Amino acid sequence: MAPILDIQNLFKNYGTTEILKNINVSIEPGDFLVLVGPSGCGKSTLLNCIAGLEPTTGGNLFIDGQDMTHVSPKDRDIAMVFQSYALYPTMSVAKNITFGMKVRGVDAATQERKLNEVANQLQIEPLLNRRPGQLSGGQRQRVAMGRALVRDPKLFLFDEPLSNLDAKLRVEMRSEIKKLHQNLGATMVYVTHDQIEAMTLATKIVVMRGGVIQQIGTPAEIYNKPANLFVADFMGSPAMNLIPATVLRNGKGAQIEISREGKEPILLHDQKAIDLPEKVILGLRPEDIAEAGFRAGENIQEAECHVEMVEPAGADTYVVSELGGKQVTARLHAETRASAGENLRFAFDLAKASYFEPETGNRLN
Amino acid sequence: MADLSFDQTQQSKFGKTTLRIILYVLLTLFALYYLLPLFVMVTTSLKSLEEIRTGSLIALPREITFDAWKIAWASACTGIQCEGLRPYFWNSVLLAVPAVLLSTLLGALNGYVVAQWRFRGANLIFSLMLFGCFIPFQVVLLPMARLLGLMGIAGTIPGLIFVHVIYGIGFTTLFFRNYYVTIPSELVKAAKVDGANFLRIFWSIFLPLSLPIIVVTVIWQFTQIWNDFLFGVSFSQAGTQPVTVALNNIVNSTTGVKEYNVDMAAAIIAALPTLLVYVVAGKYFIRGLTAGSVKG
Repeated sequence: MAPILDIQNLFKNYGTTEILKNINVSIEPGDFLVLVGPSGCGKSTLLNCIAGLEPTTGGNLFIDGQDMTHVSPKDRDIAMVFQSYALYPTMSVAKNITFGMKVRGVDAATQERKLNEVANQLQIEPLLNRRPGQLSGGQRQRVAMGRALVRDPKLFLFDEPLSNLDAKLRVEMRSEIKKLHQNLGATMVYVTHDQIEAMTLATKIVVMRGGVIQQIGTPAEIYNKPANLFVADFMGSPAMNLIPATVLRNGKGAQIEISREGKEPILLHDQKAIDLPEKVILGLRPEDIAEAGFRAGENIQEAECHVEMVEPAGADTYVVSELGGKQVTARLHAETRASAGENLRFAFDLAKASYFEPETGNRLN
Repeated sequence: MADLSFDQTQQSKFGKTTLRIILYVLLTLFALYYLLPLFVMVTTSLKSLEEIRTGSLIALPREITFDAWKIAWASACTGIQCEGLRPYFWNSVLLAVPAVLLSTLLGALNGYVVAQWRFRGANLIFSLMLFGCFIPFQVVLLPMARLLGLMGIAGTIPGLIFVHVIYGIGFTTLFFRNYYVTIPSELVKAAKVDGANFLRIFWSIFLPLSLPIIVVTVIWQFTQIWNDFLFGVSFSQAGTQPVTVALNNIVNSTTGVKEYNVDMAAAIIAALPTLLVYVVAGKYFIRGLTAGSVKG
């Protein structure tokens, strides 16, 4: 299938400041692409470049095979939902939704029909005659979506559309956007700084930092095989444990040695580590460290650790201990008997381990 | 303990009331002081000359007569012509209405561009426009006279309109720019994606939002242009003079007896339109000055 959006070697400068550096991304029709990264990473700028609201400095951008690099936003066949919703304050909800069609000279009957379709789909029929100022945050959000949906474009662009909503509404709208994507089969590009949103919505994630793409992949790839320390740390909550370690080799194979303050180091066997350099950073997700006896897997290694803090979180209990000079979080079952100040036997699932080069931060395995 | 706090509240209540009374007395005095000239003008204009000569300045008229108003409106002499203020009043209307509308519209367009369609040098151009607000009138008199001559509109009402529009753009741009920078730029982006162009976005989205600032600008410009004397006296000729110039001529061209009642009536007539604008649109004026962000 031909890519619906294809970004090739895209650069963007403001004066001498480089905002985007050599961006290459392409997505298939029906994809849900999420651009994620900390604030200032260039993800919103990239979205604005796709929309044509920001001129690019270099590179090319194709939408459905056509070069759109220098085409104005209105001719790109896109629709966009903004963080502040950007509803037209003096127009009613109905006028907000039909404004685009009116500007493009669509006849009144079609406008009416499409308006009703979208209003029905988003359940905003009772709001059609109200002004944006009379709506709640969630309702405004729906209207903003309606304004995009009614256009039936090749690409939907979302610029942090949920960040102005409270936590409960955000989760609701998140699943609604996901449902919408599944029902419409539309192609969407979505910007967020919230890695959970990225994980739940995306079919493909682009992690960015400082205007550079760190990793492109499916949510599972990004989560299980982060390409570098930045991605490992950014994606996932609580964050991946990144523990400095030394690789020891003997006749039998490789061992990972993790130092501990005032105690003998922990030794974990992992045959994968045989080809690694001596100094590495071991990455283990909190859920890959469990209480001994509660975890099965191909390579479970156990070790006794000192529990420093216990944080019950309802479904799970997070237990913090110190390994290799780092706070290490383990995700235990809710009924664990771990208590702060005591020792507990942990099970490390090394089959899930990631190894990173300490200097460059790049993934080694 | 209980008694003590009771005492204190009693005391502070008493102190508060006294302060209130002093405040209101002072405010009333100021108000009277400000209203006194208007009172003298109105009463004098309603007196006959005979009564003005014999009576006291601040006394109420014994007998109310509108003769002075009729003379001021229709037959007072400005130099050799004796047609009263009427023709000049209409000159001022013909001058002020188009000049106010044009300068407001241009200010709105300029403010929209400077605030929402940033371009290279936008700040410089805006600074220069602001600078234009602070150039004293006297400085531009001679170059403007020359320019009006070259354009062939010297001494005409369109010439005066031109002068006032040029001079007003600085202020009107400032007003609209400051209003429009509070409107989120995402609104323009959304409209661009929707397919609207520069003028369409201005017309359909920005103008409907602008009522408060339009009112402020119209009041400001109307007051400036209606009350202007210097440009009026410099760039007009017999027949095109605005009401302020005619008022001056009426007051200065009396022969023999000074008709204070006619002068006062003429002055009130000349000031009425600006008063009226404030009364009609005054509450929007305050609202517009304080209205900042637009919640979408």
